[in-house]
Amino acid sequence: MQTQTLEGGFTAPAEQAAHAFRSVMEAMARPGTIHDIAGAEPPAPLSRAAGAVLLTLCDTDTPLYLAGALDCEAVRAWVSFHTGAPLTGPQSCMFALGNWDALAPLDAYPVGTSEYPDRSATLIVETPELAAEGVTLKGPGIKDSAALSLPETAAFQANAALFPLGLDFIFTSGARIAALPRSTEVL
Amino acid sequence: MTGDSYNFAYLDEQTKRMIRRAILKGLAVPGYQVPFASREMPMPYGWGTGGVQVSAAVLTPEDRFKVIDQGADDTTNAVSIRSFFQRTAGVETTTATEEATVIQTRHRIPEAPLGEGQILVYQVPIPEPLRFLEPRESETRKMHSLEEYGLMHVKLYEDISRHGHIATSYAYPVKVEARYVMDPSPIPKFDNPKLNDCPAIQLFGAGREQRIYALPPYTRVTSLDFEDHPFEATKADHPCGLCGAGDSYLDEVIVDDAGGRMFVCSDTDYCESRQRQSHRGKDAA
Ligand SMILES: [Zn+2]
Repeated sequence: MQTQTLEGGFTAPAEQAAHAFRSVMEAMARPGTIHDIAGAEPPAPLSRAAGAVLLTLCDTDTPLYLAGALDCEAVRAWVSFHTGAPLTGPQSCMFALGNWDALAPLDAYPVGTSEYPDRSATLIVETPELAAEGVTLKGPGIKDSAALSLPETAAFQANAALFPLGLDFIFTSGARIAALPRSTEVL
Repeated sequence: MTGDSYNFAYLDEQTKRMIRRAILKGLAVPGYQVPFASREMPMPYGWGTGGVQVSAAVLTPEDRFKVIDQGADDTTNAVSIRSFFQRTAGVETTTATEEATVIQTRHRIPEAPLGEGQILVYQVPIPEPLRFLEPRESETRKMHSLEEYGLMHVKLYEDISRHGHIATSYAYPVKVEARYVMDPSPIPKFDNPKLNDCPAIQLFGAGREQRIYALPPYTRVTSLDFEDHPFEATKADHPCGLCGAGDSYLDEVIVDDAGGRMFVCSDTDYCESRQRQSHRGKDAA
């Protein structure tokens, strides 16, 4: 086993997971806001932000789909060692991780059922950069309107149209995150 | 490694992850009740184990934690939950609403306006607003999925024909973003308008019933009503006897053996801070 597999987890798991979760929760509760998230030092090509999100939310109960370039030996080994999340395909995952293009098509993922809309996938999207500019967002969590640099518009509009079903997105870039729940209207 | 040996905020890390995932789904679908696997807590169910588990999942060591029980910081329930997290999570505690970053509450929303840096965690006994109309979980779930809320309106309207007004004064049902009907927990309906467009994150935990639901900041929350009987956020028609506040929710308390009564703010922090600013009511010593 590579040493990089064993390293890079939370060194103080409870406290670091608590802080990381607050960043994720603030991001999800206030779509368009960008937050720092720290504590993970995962192997390339995984970002520190995506590493921290995985350590905070994933475990043996959460099937994970690794898409495209992130489905590599270094990431697979690190994720398995630190979270125990079983790796799976898009149809049966609770979390998916990849670059935007690699995660497509979005209709492959579970969007929940009308009685259990929570049984839907959360997509962790590795993004080159995150900025509070670009597409206009409205909806719960947003005072008037917000803006976020989304990789595209149409897919998120289609997802919001499924509400209360739909996917939820966490965007990761370096050591920063933002999020877009299905409840957000994308203009 | 995932640290199951750690006991920060009492719960093990796997349980906190499960609760955290439920909170995120709750925020993504405002007003929808997310099932979660509630854990035994070292306190009885009536003490708000749902709220306690949600607090355990969101607290960081840097938080300042406040607990209110029907508006008061000093009941046995509030004191014991506060000291529980002081001990297990190392958080600072406070009774001042403005200073708190996380507030766990049973049956009230503080009078002082909440801000963006705050999280309000409600203890919820019965999360299902349709439960008293339909006891079967399979049916209420279907009703929510189909937005079949007609029965709810019928029940409220029966109130009007019987009493001339809607008699429900606690746990008054609300509609969230024009989609889900939600139980706001047994807060007085006086507090309902504070649910709407609130800058803080509002999280609801029901331990025995194993449900978590949420309101992101600035969510549209309306109390169910009728055109000819609009919702009214009523309170006792008095000012507070101690601080003179005319805008706060009041409890009627017995003050002497002769059965003398007075109305005082239910929110003790609000009342005391007004008294510190030299506001006086007619019964103040
Ligand atoms: Zn008062």
